[in-house]
Amino acid sequence: MTSQLPAVDYIQRTRDQYDALGYAPYRWVENIGAPPWAAMTKPLSECRVALIGSGGIYTPGQVGYHFKDDDSFRVIDSQTKEADLRIVHFAYDMADARRDPNVVFPLGPLRDLAERGVICGLGSNSYAFMGGIYSSRRVKDRLAPALADRVVSDEVDLVLLVPV
Amino acid sequence: MTSAESITRSVGAPRAAFLDFPLGHTAGKANERDEQRAILTAALNLFATLETPGEIVRLPFEWSEDETWKVVSASEEAEEESGETKDDRTERRDAPQYQSSADRTRAEEALASGGCPTCVFFDG
Repeated sequence: MTSQLPAVDYIQRTRDQYDALGYAPYRWVENIGAPPWAAMTKPLSECRVALIGSGGIYTPGQVGYHFKDDDSFRVIDSQTKEADLRIVHFAYDMADARRDPNVVFPLGPLRDLAERGVICGLGSNSYAFMGGIYSSRRVKDRLAPALADRVVSDEVDLVLLVPV
Repeated sequence: MTSAESITRSVGAPRAAFLDFPLGHTAGKANERDEQRAILTAALNLFATLETPGEIVRLPFEWSEDETWKVVSASEEAEEESGETKDDRTERRDAPQYQSSADRTRAEEALASGGCPTCVFFDG
């Protein structure tokens, strides 16, 4: 079974929605030119992986997210049980993510893959924030460099980004 | 990983796995652990196989044979026709929001007794 309908063009959909609401057009980040590239230097089975998710994940005891350009992030122990992952976000239907956080923050299946030898393991820390940050400057100048520093000091080989 | 191919193409990720699922399911369906593992294995394998910066590979998984989720819903179209489109996103507030009031209580207690060392905030 292959898909009959094309992928949803969320840029166009948002453009139409903003237009209908009478808002000024939303300006998506558009980076021109080839993205940065780091070559793989060893097999996947020898790689330690870091998970970074933007689905609004936190754990009990941590501060939640606010809905006005919150560019903060949470450090999540990669061994955290799924039952201790919480979700809060203003812009997507969280019902399934709250039933099973792995759909937006797949720590469980990634631990399975480490056990099965597909990857060498997870970094000790994973990272979460809440997307829908309307200031791309804050993401580019503060959040992204801070997360990059973290995963470099965690000495992981790969970073899996799971946006929502 | 991405469920919004057009946005990922615009931003330009070095390597991307496109999963054509509704938003809120970037890494699979709830409680479908076997498929979640298959999706993640397929996505991670791209680290080893992709060689062109910016390439986006569609993963071979389908949400459902019923693809009505891809179509703007009839009610949204009706809204547009009547000129009464509503912004259905949650109001944007700058106080922290929680999944439950128990979580709020725990976080406030933690903040009162030394803060949250695993919460990283930027000034200003």
